[in-house]
Amino acid sequence: MVPIQYFIGLSAILFTIGILGVLIRRNAIIIFMSVELMLNSANLAFITFARMYQSLDGQVFVFFVMAVAAAEVAVGLALIVAIFRNKQSIDVDQINSLHG
Amino acid sequence: MIPDMILFILLAIVAVTSALGMLLSRSAVYSALNLVLNFGTVAVLYLLLGAPFIALAQITVYAGAIMVLFLFVIMLLGVEQLRKGSALPWQQTLAIISGLLLLALTAYVIFIRPMTLPQVSPTQLGFGTPGAIGEILFNKYLLPFEVTSVLLLVAMIGAIVLTGKREPKTKT
Repeated sequence: MVPIQYFIGLSAILFTIGILGVLIRRNAIIIFMSVELMLNSANLAFITFARMYQSLDGQVFVFFVMAVAAAEVAVGLALIVAIFRNKQSIDVDQINSLHG
Repeated sequence: MIPDMILFILLAIVAVTSALGMLLSRSAVYSALNLVLNFGTVAVLYLLLGAPFIALAQITVYAGAIMVLFLFVIMLLGVEQLRKGSALPWQQTLAIISGLLLLALTAYVIFIRPMTLPQVSPTQLGFGTPGAIGEILFNKYLLPFEVTSVLLLVAMIGAIVLTGKREPKTKT
């Protein structure tokens, strides 16, 4: 069996790539996809620990995370569409009309 | 023992490569397709970890529903590429440095420090099957399950309200 550390390490790598995506990219949709990647890597850690402790609670939690992610994607993409209608752009650097 | 390790290494390479492709590709459509591949490999990793129900839910919900929604919005808006140039020029370098720092820190915690993680025991029969998940979901986690249904309803109404047509005079 593969050691637990490897799975957690892979999860950490995927999480870091997600963070880099949020920080580097300027396209709002790609930032959003990076958030999904981070959620997914957290799910991988959950499943790994569920396997380690032979407990199903982690898997049920992943189920809830998926449901929340689906809701978040629906609302977030609706927000992006609404912003695009107003500003004709989804570059996050252009969305700065709220600064005081 | 050995086939598991080979499978894990191959899947890990594909997962990290597709995540990097998501991060680096210029076109948003390619990013989305790379992310679909990443979700698929993570689903196979779930199978390896004894979670068949979650693996198939991952493929259905993430690779199926969520990514189709993403692709739909990308093609609806027609904004695959943005023009070059960032408002904060130093941000990219700083982001890469801090990202590598975070990765080094997690690697230190996971691999270098002596951990007292218990070793993986072989799964007992029926671990992670839909029957087992459903039993714990509808007994111990019944209330969160119902709250989730309300959350999905609220998200659906919110999405409809946000993207619905407005009256011309109330347009801001």
